[in-house]
Amino acid sequence: MPLLNTILVGFKEVWTHKFRSVLTMLGIILGVASLVGMAAIIKGMENGMKEAMIAMGGADKVLLEQQEVPVDQEHLADQAPGRTMLDVQALKQAAPMLRVVSPEMAVNNVLLTRADKTCMPSECVGVWSAVVEMNLHTLEHGRFFTELDEEHANPVCVIGTAIRDELFGSPEQVGQEIVPIGEVIQINSQPFTIVGMFARYEGEREKKERELAKTKPAEEVAGPSRQRGWGRRGNWAFQRKNLTIYMPLNTAWVRFRAAGDKDGIPDPRLSDIDLKVGDMSELEPALQQARNVLMLTHRGIEDFGFRTQENQLESINTQIRNARMSGGVIAAISLLVGGIGIMNIMLASINERIREIGICKAVGATGLAVFIQVLIESVVIAMLGAAMGVMASYGFVRVLELVSPTANAPVITTGALLIAVAFSIGVGVVAGLFPAFKAARLHPIQALRYE
Amino acid sequence: MALVELRNVSKIYQLGGEEIRALDDVSLDIDSGEFISIIGPSGSGKSTLMHILGCLDSPSKGTIQLDGVMIQNASARELAAMRNRKIGFVFQFFNLLPKLNVTQNVELPMIYSGINGKERRKRALAALEAVDLVNRAKHRPSQLSGGQQQRVAIARALVNDPRIIFADEPTGNLDSHTGDAILSLFRRLSQEGRTIVLVTHDPEIAAVTPRRIEIRDGKIATKVDLTLAGLAGRQTAANLSQPSPSA
Ligand SMILES: Nc1ncnc2c1ncn2[C@@H]1O[C@H](COP(=O)(O)OP(=O)(O)O)[C@@H](O)[C@H]1O
Ligand SMILES: [Mg+2]
Repeated sequence: MPLLNTILVGFKEVWTHKFRSVLTMLGIILGVASLVGMAAIIKGMENGMKEAMIAMGGADKVLLEQQEVPVDQEHLADQAPGRTMLDVQALKQAAPMLRVVSPEMAVNNVLLTRADKTCMPSECVGVWSAVVEMNLHTLEHGRFFTELDEEHANPVCVIGTAIRDELFGSPEQVGQEIVPIGEVIQINSQPFTIVGMFARYEGEREKKERELAKTKPAEEVAGPSRQRGWGRRGNWAFQRKNLTIYMPLNTAWVRFRAAGDKDGIPDPRLSDIDLKVGDMSELEPALQQARNVLMLTHRGIEDFGFRTQENQLESINTQIRNARMSGGVIAAISLLVGGIGIMNIMLASINERIREIGICKAVGATGLAVFIQVLIESVVIAMLGAAMGVMASYGFVRVLELVSPTANAPVITTGALLIAVAFSIGVGVVAGLFPAFKAARLHPIQALRYE
Repeated sequence: MALVELRNVSKIYQLGGEEIRALDDVSLDIDSGEFISIIGPSGSGKSTLMHILGCLDSPSKGTIQLDGVMIQNASARELAAMRNRKIGFVFQFFNLLPKLNVTQNVELPMIYSGINGKERRKRALAALEAVDLVNRAKHRPSQLSGGQQQRVAIARALVNDPRIIFADEPTGNLDSHTGDAILSLFRRLSQEGRTIVLVTHDPEIAAVTPRRIEIRDGKIATKVDLTLAGLAGRQTAANLSQPSPSA
């Protein structure tokens, strides 16, 4: 029996029981929609996380972290020196495999004020100019700190665009871009001069949306303006980066005693030391070199560790794998339920058609022909369900786009679509096997006699 | 060699430990071109015999040769092929597929013999022409009268040009006038050289066939003269119009 004909007959059979067939397909529809939807969410998450990683300094950034001393050094814990400028100088001099060493001294609980406007920065840090390369900053306006600024602990700062937006007004509000170089703002009541401003950091998607909004005339919004959905503010990592304010390291130390003090004695500990190695393929030996240097400056007390972005990547991948797994399980359960539904309906359907099957057999249908006919019908149901599921998943993803943060906007992947459709067809085949076998085995006489 | 050779065929059903001999040691020859009726009261085993002759069922004992092929041990697949190529069936309840139209119903056997669509359409139309139903080609079975449905069934039986046609009580569900029309259609087909086996419980219907075989309790009855005469040889056309004594 020609395949095309069989498929047509299968479609016809489904068409005669439209309502019943759609109900049957529901499991498959939900299964496909949830599989594709989940995959899209996860893909969105992945994109967001990767963007965030770049925003935070890229894959070659290594954090020198403070750690608990190992068990066998517990008695020395009191003498652990922590991360100080001594380490930074030593690394710069004695660890040539490191390309960039960037010390940071954070100033905590900072409030920025200018006239009646205030702003809480995501971080207010004393830095060297190495930080620009370390955190992949782009200085768009003004200058960065000079050695003189550092030397004199000058009250100067470089800000991200979000701080400008808060204190001077954003281009969207004001209608023009304000470059506040030379303006004075208060950092915890100390006057600082803005000497530079970074570029605006944003994800691909936000950028596109912003450009689009620029070309379109602003719509009149009725009522109080309000953000659509929650968390619709783009990637938090970019958001954070735009809210950064830097000052010279020495300024932080001299004017804020940034790292606090210990029993009244100023504590010169740094809040962070970040490293970049010259050659990523030499990461291990470079870190070993750094470790050797630090073991000297720390008098053998191992109160530090390295955190590479590889660890970060790994944890991102683990998260994604877990999300995939749970999404897959949900989709698999839906598809299983869909398969059971199809099997159920196929059994009912052949039961209704026992006489018809008898007639076909009387005019020469072989068991195989009947088997294939029923199987194809089952696959047709599954495929129609998959097609509807794909459509449903597009709708589903549209809805998700409206409620999820822009940076993590779900992205439908071809791979997920193919897998979902392939699985549905597989489910159709498996669900059809038993009913098809039952139909094929019917004895012609008994089938003809069946009332 | 006869077209059909049945030798010592029995069909035994086991019903709750009881043995029912639906057919009991039946031997029978049917020649090519014969028009033959199988007659007997209800439950005598006529349908069982027809099913075995028509490769719808296998005998419990005995041998059957159909068109030179031994089929008592044939597989389901081989039996399906025999039904498809060499046998046409006409049933009491028409047995048309309700979801297909007339042409599609007639095409059905050809679908299983893998004939392409164009050829199928051509032959289906020819078969419908033979039963004078071309004008109903696109109708559904439910839109036709009983007699018309039975003619569609006959067209379907003819369409693969079978060696033999079996009709099980083909007029059983029709009024006498329509039934007569169906019978004369069979007579015409017989005159065109087709081999036809007509199964009926009605002696008046059996009277139209030159040869009659009577079945009682699963055995071929030997008492009836006419049947014996039938076994002895083919009857002349003159007998066709004579009313036959009831069995
Ligand atoms: N599947 C079956 N199981 C048991 N007995 C059967 C079966 N089919 C037919 N019979 C019995 O075989 C006998 C002959 O049946 P059948 O050939 O249908 O008679 P007819 O067609 O002459 O009316 C009946 O007694 C019937 O009960
Ligand atoms: Mg019967």
